[in-house]
Amino acid sequence: MKQYETVIGLEIHAELNTESKIYCSCRNAFGQEPNTQICPVCMGLPGTLPTLNEKAVDFAVRMGHALSCRINSVCRQDRKNYFYPDLPKAYQISQADIPLCENGHLEIMIDGAEKTVGIMRIHIEEDAGKLLHDASYAGSLADYNRCGVPLIEIVTEPDIRSSGEAKAVLDTIRGILRYLDISDCKMQEGSIRCDVNVSVREKGSSELGIRCEMKNVNSFSAAVRGIEYEAKRQIGILESGGVIIQETRRWDDAKGMSFTMRTKEDAEDYRFFPEPDLGTIVVSEERIEKLKETIPELPNAKVFRYVKEHGLPETDARLIADDIDKAKLYDECTALGKCRPKSVSNWILGDISKFCNDTGRSILGTPLTAEKLAGLIAETEKGRISSSAAKTVFRVIVDEGGEPCEIIERLGLAQNSDTESLKQLAAEILAANEKSVSDYKNGKKNALGYLVGQCMKASGGRANPEIIRELLENLLNG
Amino acid sequence: MKLYEKTAAELSEMLRNKKCSAAEILNDVNERIKAAEGKIGAYVTLNNNAAEEARAVDESIARGESVHPLAGIPIAVKDNISTRGIRTTCSSRMLENYIPPFDASAVERIKNAGMIITGKTNTDEFAMGSTTETSYMHPTRNPHNTDYVPGGSSGGSAAAVAAGETIVALGSDTGGSVRQPAALCGAVGIKPTYGRVSRYGLIAYASSLEQIGAIGKSVRDAAMVLDLISGHDPMDATSAISEKTDYALNLRETAKGLRIGVPDEYFSENIDDDVKEAVYGALKLLESEGAQIKRISLPDTQFAVNAYYIIASAEASSNLARYDGVKYGYRAENFDGLTDMYEKTRSEGFGNEVKRRIMLGTFVLSSGCCDKYYKRAKLMQQRISEEFSEAFTDCDVIAAPSYPCAAFRIGESAGDPVEMYSRDICTVTANIAGLPAISVPCGKNSAGLPLGMQLIGNKFAEQIILDAANAYEKICGGFNTLAANL
Repeated sequence: MKQYETVIGLEIHAELNTESKIYCSCRNAFGQEPNTQICPVCMGLPGTLPTLNEKAVDFAVRMGHALSCRINSVCRQDRKNYFYPDLPKAYQISQADIPLCENGHLEIMIDGAEKTVGIMRIHIEEDAGKLLHDASYAGSLADYNRCGVPLIEIVTEPDIRSSGEAKAVLDTIRGILRYLDISDCKMQEGSIRCDVNVSVREKGSSELGIRCEMKNVNSFSAAVRGIEYEAKRQIGILESGGVIIQETRRWDDAKGMSFTMRTKEDAEDYRFFPEPDLGTIVVSEERIEKLKETIPELPNAKVFRYVKEHGLPETDARLIADDIDKAKLYDECTALGKCRPKSVSNWILGDISKFCNDTGRSILGTPLTAEKLAGLIAETEKGRISSSAAKTVFRVIVDEGGEPCEIIERLGLAQNSDTESLKQLAAEILAANEKSVSDYKNGKKNALGYLVGQCMKASGGRANPEIIRELLENLLNG
Repeated sequence: MKLYEKTAAELSEMLRNKKCSAAEILNDVNERIKAAEGKIGAYVTLNNNAAEEARAVDESIARGESVHPLAGIPIAVKDNISTRGIRTTCSSRMLENYIPPFDASAVERIKNAGMIITGKTNTDEFAMGSTTETSYMHPTRNPHNTDYVPGGSSGGSAAAVAAGETIVALGSDTGGSVRQPAALCGAVGIKPTYGRVSRYGLIAYASSLEQIGAIGKSVRDAAMVLDLISGHDPMDATSAISEKTDYALNLRETAKGLRIGVPDEYFSENIDDDVKEAVYGALKLLESEGAQIKRISLPDTQFAVNAYYIIASAEASSNLARYDGVKYGYRAENFDGLTDMYEKTRSEGFGNEVKRRIMLGTFVLSSGCCDKYYKRAKLMQQRISEEFSEAFTDCDVIAAPSYPCAAFRIGESAGDPVEMYSRDICTVTANIAGLPAISVPCGKNSAGLPLGMQLIGNKFAEQIILDAANAYEKICGGFNTLAANL
C-alpha cells in the first residue's frame, strides 16, 4: 500500500454571546421557550429591515486579532440565498468576497512540537432557527429563537494533517473564544459547531486531492472520529482504483459513518450578492487598535510562560492554560509569590479539579480564593501542616469558608515540629518497641517505617514525620 | 365646493380656523368613495377606524391642543406599505390575508401627526408593473377616463387622489411607480432621494432602488407629506442622517435664474409627439418666467432600463423568496413534501409578472451569469450616477417627460412585457442614480388624458425641484387634478 497523507481544513461556527441579536434588538438567549425571543425583524416579516449590532463586529475583530488576522476596515455583508423552513427570509446575511478578518494563523502544540495552522478568514453572519420533531405531531415544528443570533465562521487553511491536529486546533480555538469571552462554546447547546473538509493524497505530493465536506459534526470527538473514518474511506477508494467524488457528506456519529448529502452536480447555487439593506461595514483604525488592546494573554502565551518561567511540565501548563478559570486561579495565586508554582499547579489539577468535578461547581465558584489557596499551600510548604491536614483545611474552606490559619488553629492541625518534645516521644516509642529496635539493628531497615508510624499514632497524627524519622534514625544509629 | 375637492393645505387652514372638522372632511371623502369607487377601484381595503380617528383629532383640536398641520387630513396608503392591524396585501394572492403586526415608519409618522388613513390602495402585484393591471385584486381605472389604466404601480394611490377618494396618498417608487401614475392621472407625485424616507415597513421589491413617495393635487401637498415622512430612521440602515426638512414652509414661487437641463435622450423618437410638445410647452412657460433652458446630453441613460431590470429583478428574486408558505401568507392546499409545498405555493400564490421577474433575477445572479449581468449592471449604475452628478454641475434641475405616452386602454399592454419595460426609460434613471424627482401635470393629449413633466434634482435637492414645480404650478394657475364628470 502507498503512503497517504490526510489534508484537513475546518470551518468553525461559533455563536457570539452578545446581549442582543445581530440584526435586531431581540435578546440573544439560549434555552428559552420556543418562539419567544423573536420579533418582526428576525422573523423576516415583509417590510422589515436589518440593522447591524456593532458589538458583533467588535467581537469578530477581537477574534481576528487573537488569530493574527488582517482586519478589513471596509467590508460588506452579502445575502446567501436558499430555501429552508428554519430560514425565515430564505436568505442568510453573511459575508462573501470580503470577510471582516483574513490571513491569520494559529499555533497549536502537538506531541510537544509547535505547529502553525493558517486562518483563511473570519466572517460574521446570522444563525438560522431550528426544526424540532415531536412525537405528538406528524410534521416538523419550527423554533425561530435562534434566528439572528450572531455567528462568526472561522475557516482554516488546509494545513491540518491528522485528526489529532484537528482536535488541537478546535481545542485551541475554543480556548481563545473563552478567553475573549465572546462565545459560550457549549457544544451541546450548539454554540460552537464545525464542518470538516477532508482529502487524501500520496505522501510527498504537493497537489491537493478531491475533498469532501462533512457536516453534522456535533462534537470535537465526533470530528476526530469523522476525520479518521473519512480518510480511511477515501484511501480505500483510491487503493481499489476508484476516484473520489467531490461531495458534501453527513456524519452519523452513532453509526460511525458518513453518508452522501449532495454531490457537486446538485450543489446549491447560493446566488450571493451584496445585502442592499445594509451599508458598508467601516471599522476605523482607531477602533481596530482599541480592540487589539482588549486581547488578554492567550493560552499559548500562558503555556510558554508557565513552562519557561515557572518550570511547569508542558502537560500541566497546557491543562491549566486551556481552561480560563484554572488559569485565572493559577495566575492570581502564583502572582502572590507565597508558594511554589508547581504546588499551585498540583492543587488546581488535583484536589480542586476533583472537587469541582464531583460537586459540579466551577473552579471560581468556590470560596477558595487565590489568597486562601496560596496561604494553604504556604503553610504546607513551611511544614506547619501535613499534606493530609491540608486536604482537611481545603474541605473546610470550600464547605464552610474561613481562613487557612484560623482553621488550622481551630482544628489543631498544626504539625508538631518541636524537636525537644519529639525527641522525648521518639525515645518513648523506642523503649516500648524493643522487638522493632532489635530488628532494625539486625539489618531490617524497614522496621523504621513501623516506628515512625507508631510515633505518628501516639501524636494523633500531628508529629512532623520528617523530623520524627530523622530523630529515630539518630537514636537508633547513635 | 365639496371638501374632498380641496388640497391638504387648504383643508389644514380650514381646520385651523375651525371652518370645518376632520369628521366633515372624512365624511365628504367617504361620500365620494361611495360614489366613485365602484367605477375606479382605487382601494383594496378601507380603514374601518377612520371615523373614530377623525373624531379623536376633532376632540384634540376642540381641547385647544396644538396639532400637526396635517392632522385630520385623509391620506391613502399604497397596499405594499405595512399598516398595523390593517391587511397589507401587495395586491397579491400571496398576502391576501396578511395583517402586519407593526406600522411602517412612514405610517407611524402619518399616524402620529393625526392624518386619517382612508384605506390601502391597489397596486401592481408587489409593485411590479406600470398599469396596476397585475394586481391580483382587481384593475384600477383612470378617473379621467375609466376605459384607461391609471398607470402604476401606485395606480390606486394616484387614482384615489384624482378621483377625490382621498386628499393625498403614499405610493412607492422603484422605477417610476409614483411619478408615472401621478402623470397619467394628472396628479403631482414625488420620489425622494434614496435614503430620504425610511423604507422600514415598505414591503421590499428592489431594496436599493425604492423609496416611499407622496402624491397630491398640488406641489405644496406633496411637500407637506414629504416633510412629514422624511428624516432619519434607526430602523433603516440605508436611511440618511439628515436634518428635519421644511420643504413646504420654504416653498418658492419663482423660476427666476433656475437652470433647467433638457437631455436629448429623453426627447427621442421613442417619446410620443404630444408628450414632447406638452413638456416643451411647459419649459417655455418656465423660460418666460426667467428660467434658463439648456440642452444637455446623458448618453449612458440608454443603458438605464437594462441595468434597472437586472438589478431590480435580482433583488426581487431574493426579497420575495420569503413567501414560501411556511410562516404566513398563502400556502398551497395539496402538496407532497417540502419542495412540492414550496413549488405549488409559489406557483399558485404569485402572478405571472412577479414570476417573470423572480426568474429573471434568479438567472442574473446565478453562478456564471452574475459577472455578465448583475455585476455589469451595477457598474452601469455607477456610470449613470456619475453622469448625473456631472450634469448637475451645470444645471439645477433636469427636465424630462414622466412617461413616453399618455395612459393606454385597459388590457392594451398585456402580452409584451419588454415593450412595457422599455417605456420606463424616463423614470428609472432617478432610481438607478438615487435622485429625487417629481412629476407635475403639463396638459392633456387630444383624448383628454393627462400628461406629465418630470423634474429631476441632485441628491437631497428636493427643495429645488419642489420650488421649480411650484413655480410651474403658479404659472399654470393650478393643476385641475380632480377628474370632472366622474
